Amino acid sequence: MIEIKIQSKAFDISNEMKKISKLNADGATVTFMGSVRDLEYENLETLEIEYFPKMAKKVLNKTAKDAYKNWNLSRCIIIHRYGKLKIGDPIVLIITSSPHRKEAFKANEYIIDFLKTNAPFWKKENTEKKSYWVTQKN
Amino acid sequence: MKLLYFAKIREVINKSEEILELPQNINTTGDLIKFLTELDDIYKNAFSDKNFFIACDEEVVEMDFLIKDTKEIAIFPPVTGG
Repeated sequence: MIEIKIQSKAFDISNEMKKISKLNADGATVTFMGSVRDLEYENLETLEIEYFPKMAKKVLNKTAKDAYKNWNLSRCIIIHRYGKLKIGDPIVLIITSSPHRKEAFKANEYIIDFLKTNAPFWKKENTEKKSYWVTQKN
Repeated sequence: MKLLYFAKIREVINKSEEILELPQNINTTGDLIKFLTELDDIYKNAFSDKNFFIACDEEVVEMDFLIKDTKEIAIFPPVTGG
């Protein structure tokens, strides 16, 4: 089962986990959640996420399919948000499950790493003084 | 040709999309960028740092990609999702 969602509204991890536990007879589920964090030297007011809808959906689907091919996954859920977010708000959720933990962990890390460098989303940080487009970090 | 711009590039060009009639001699994505930068300084500014990607019908391509069969070209800065 692959489920990809791109949405502005917040997601609820416990709801997503319920789906997994209902469907899944497997032994290992790994959950990664990325959230909006404050800046080091300034106060973040909002984080805006812009995206390229058609391509984003394609890239997330491909990423999940590749993870399926490479590791023994039974479920994969990817949710990515767009729009204006505040500190602490969830941005991205990746849930991978597999019969064994190693594969669930590896697949999850692969998905978030691939997504960060390939999925067409862009972040803009709005502080009290200015707005900055976030640049790619290694 | 339908062109789409995102993030910082969209802001500099001040448009999220446009349809441009391209001359016959524009064969590759590289030709397109050269054409745009010569068309107006606004494009020159948008692409000056050479830090951008081009996607033809949602697939990222190199500068020598032939755009003959492409319907939509997106130009955007490095992605920062996740």
